[in-house]
Amino acid sequence: MKVINQFKMQLDSHSANESFARTAIATFVAQLDPTLEEISDIRTAVSEAVTNCIVHAYKEKIGVIYITVKIYDGKKVVIRIRDKGCGIENIEQAMQPMFTTGGPDRAGIGFAVMQSFTDKLKVSSKVGYGTTVVMHKTIASRQNDRA
Amino acid sequence: MKCRLAVSGNMLTAYLDGEIDHHSVQPVRESIDNAIDRNQPNSLVLDFSDVTFMDSSGIGLIMGRFRETSRLGAQLYIFNPQPPIEKLLLIAGMDKLAKIQTNGKKEKYKR
Repeated sequence: MKVINQFKMQLDSHSANESFARTAIATFVAQLDPTLEEISDIRTAVSEAVTNCIVHAYKEKIGVIYITVKIYDGKKVVIRIRDKGCGIENIEQAMQPMFTTGGPDRAGIGFAVMQSFTDKLKVSSKVGYGTTVVMHKTIASRQNDRA
Repeated sequence: MKCRLAVSGNMLTAYLDGEIDHHSVQPVRESIDNAIDRNQPNSLVLDFSDVTFMDSSGIGLIMGRFRETSRLGAQLYIFNPQPPIEKLLLIAGMDKLAKIQTNGKKEKYKR
């Protein structure tokens, strides 16, 4: 598969950057002429992944969040969000809806939302080294698109 | 993210405005909880008409406020979520905790 365009950024894990990260990625993906629903799905999924880096991976300290977005042939978007934080001991458990280590005001559905709002989600993690989340989403072609 | 509170009889309404995420949600949570403590309402309305974005931090906000209202035996309402927000609310099963009402101004997704 051929990469048509790509975008990389690194940002500090300040919570004020949650809004910046999802807006930047949504703006980059806008070149594929997505529907409002597709853009909203991407914004939400990215917000979940970036918030996980801030709330769980780095907790009280400030670390770096590494983001790459690649656009492939056929309007396929792959978003990779990586941290070098604490890592996840049990990914399967972390991905269970309602499971959270984030206290009573976190819903524990971040991974479930990423899964629902993208076509494919892959999470890999190593305790003490960090976590990588890769999300795939294909933007549907419109009638007037050329093949 | 702004939050304006209004009390009418036994009903407390929180008019939410802007984007709800982990960064913006905390002051909103505190001001709603303070108003619940002061007013002991029998219904709490979270008005989402002017909410332009929400992630699961908003679900956490609703779940936490549901705990507060159930403690008081009060009913929780969610008014006018935009379609993307309603989608998230339903995925998270919030229709089981709150009565979700839309006022018909809801627009369909446009291409």
